[in-house]
Amino acid sequence: MTTNGHSDNLVDMRKVDFAYGERAVLQDINMQVPRGRIVAIMGGSGSGKTTLLRLIGGQVKPSRGEVIVDGRSLAGLRNKEMFELRRTMGMLFQMGALFTDMNVFDNVAFQMRENTDLPEPLIRDLVLMKLHAVGLRGAWNLMPSQLSGGMARRVALARAIALDPTLIMYDEPFAGLDPISLAVVSRLIRTLNDALGATSIIVTHEKESLNIVDYVYLVSGGTIIAGGTPEEIQQTSDPYVRQFVDAQPDGPVAFHYPAPDYREMLGL
Amino acid sequence: MKRQTLDLWVGVLVALGIAATVFLSLQVANISNIGGGPVYTVYAEFENVGGLKVRAPVKSAGVIVGRVSDIRYDGELHKAVVAVALDANYEFSTDSSMSILTSGLLGEQYIGMQSGSDTEMLQEDDVVWLTSSALVLENMIGQFLFSKASEDSASGSAKQE
Amino acid sequence: MKSLFSALAGFLRRLGAPVSGALIGLGQGTRFLFAMLAASGTCLRRPGLVVREMYFVGVLSLIIIVVSALFVGMVLGLQMYETLQRFGSGDVVGMVVALALVRELGPVLAALLIASRAGSALTAEIGLMKTTEQLSAMEMMAIQPLSRVVAPRFWAGFLSVPLLTSVFNVVGIYGGYLVAVEGLGVDAGTFWSQMQNAVDFRLDVVNGIIKSLFFGAAIMLIAVYQGYQAAPTAAGVAMATTQTVVRSALIILGMDFVLTAFMFTGMGS
Repeated sequence: MTTNGHSDNLVDMRKVDFAYGERAVLQDINMQVPRGRIVAIMGGSGSGKTTLLRLIGGQVKPSRGEVIVDGRSLAGLRNKEMFELRRTMGMLFQMGALFTDMNVFDNVAFQMRENTDLPEPLIRDLVLMKLHAVGLRGAWNLMPSQLSGGMARRVALARAIALDPTLIMYDEPFAGLDPISLAVVSRLIRTLNDALGATSIIVTHEKESLNIVDYVYLVSGGTIIAGGTPEEIQQTSDPYVRQFVDAQPDGPVAFHYPAPDYREMLGL
Repeated sequence: MKRQTLDLWVGVLVALGIAATVFLSLQVANISNIGGGPVYTVYAEFENVGGLKVRAPVKSAGVIVGRVSDIRYDGELHKAVVAVALDANYEFSTDSSMSILTSGLLGEQYIGMQSGSDTEMLQEDDVVWLTSSALVLENMIGQFLFSKASEDSASGSAKQE
Repeated sequence: MKSLFSALAGFLRRLGAPVSGALIGLGQGTRFLFAMLAASGTCLRRPGLVVREMYFVGVLSLIIIVVSALFVGMVLGLQMYETLQRFGSGDVVGMVVALALVRELGPVLAALLIASRAGSALTAEIGLMKTTEQLSAMEMMAIQPLSRVVAPRFWAGFLSVPLLTSVFNVVGIYGGYLVAVEGLGVDAGTFWSQMQNAVDFRLDVVNGIIKSLFFGAAIMLIAVYQGYQAAPTAAGVAMATTQTVVRSALIILGMDFVLTAFMFTGMGS
């Protein structure tokens, strides 16, 4: 397992453990996200990927270790400072998490209206610009319930970049999308990241993401089992990684859930 | 839903609620009970207060002029001492009388007050002397039976002679 | 002997679990209440939020309140008159209906109806927002869900309940009037004058309003709390919604007893 040697990391996680009550979810996580890059966190379901995003966003605290964002440790931040930090982050939730009681325009404008003192005309222009960036300028008046999955995802993306964040996090942005929408979102993630000069972290298990990211971390069972560029990952000889990349049903991650002997259970 | 429509309907709701409360206060409740104006307290002793309760009304000529504020038993006088808060707007002579009456046949008990002829008026902490105790039903029945019995025996003995 | 002891301990633990669970729930609820009160500053700065919620909680409950009140008042009038007539006291039906409504039935029934209609809707709404990660999204945007979502709904409900209770009382009395005067021939003047004689503003009307304030606070707190702490699944939200109605009903009836004892037995001493 290699760690990339960039000195200027936007996010730095050192020896992080996280337990939910008694259950250990993450153990000894060491992860760096360099500025301006897109990093993918891949792994099977339930491997703790989403928890990593929550740790970076400060929604939960690690039981051990340190999470450092933009040079500052999250543990030492007061509420006001956390508030300021969150304004520089944008997050795209699984399924979009659009506010269902307001239309597309208001959804994107929400953060601008709540957290800034910008005048309405300026907000209007900014919202339309963001919607244009994701290709949905004409859908500004629709309600979230009227949007298809792909469109909802794009609106959520426009909302995530509303205040031009420096860190954008994506929680399973490709889940449930058809190939066209998938390609659209994939392209948007790359171009927006470069256009905004931002850093992106994508939690996914979609191999498509390997085309757009700069670095990959593979998580299994609460620990990082591999890290490397997409090329390195695809050429690795590590059996765990191999199984994942080749999409093998059985291997180090076993097909059979642990069970007593088959003949015994059948009573033979 | 447009802003104005929303505001309109909420305004309707608030208006209805306030109107309903006002209606309840004026049309349904007894307005004259509103407000505690200035009062002065006088005391009255009774042999028997019957079912009189604190907060019972004090009426003169049928109009509420005050309320009972306290009922105590005086161990030395062996009587009940009732404290009455009278509306400061009304004056009563020092020889006013108070009686405990019952409203209706089986209703709540209240104090009926009648002003007298004296030129001096009752002041704070004065005592009303002329009091008439409550009529206790059992005593009345007892008296009735007694008088009936003596009537019968009187007429009976009259017959005999 | 040891197995008997451990069996007993297990039994006590199982018995005590719901009690300790209930106490923990009570503690969490109290903490939630204080957090929400602290987060209520936004409601003062942006009353538009509260007004918007008052539409959904208050205005949309008007219909059910008015219709129910009408029927309750009419039934009261019918039943009371029937019984009072036997003692020749049919004339006081106005007083009886008004007192019953203003002191008890108005606050209690209105609160129950509002808890069922608006309270459960609030729980479902907030629970759903939690399930679809809308509350999380708000948090990540550095906006406090308690201030922006929960507190406005609570205050909107708290303000709406006494208003709706008064409306309930008035419509109920009108229902009684319809039945007694128009239907059964009680004299209109007697109807109102008997009522005015017996209903005391401070004792009855004000106390009734105070009751409705207590009920409103309780049912709204239960509604938003249940939604906020619902498990983020469909089953979780469904259960939370049911709990709102059940708990609100129990709290209303329990508080009613305590409040009535405080307020009205003072007159009987």
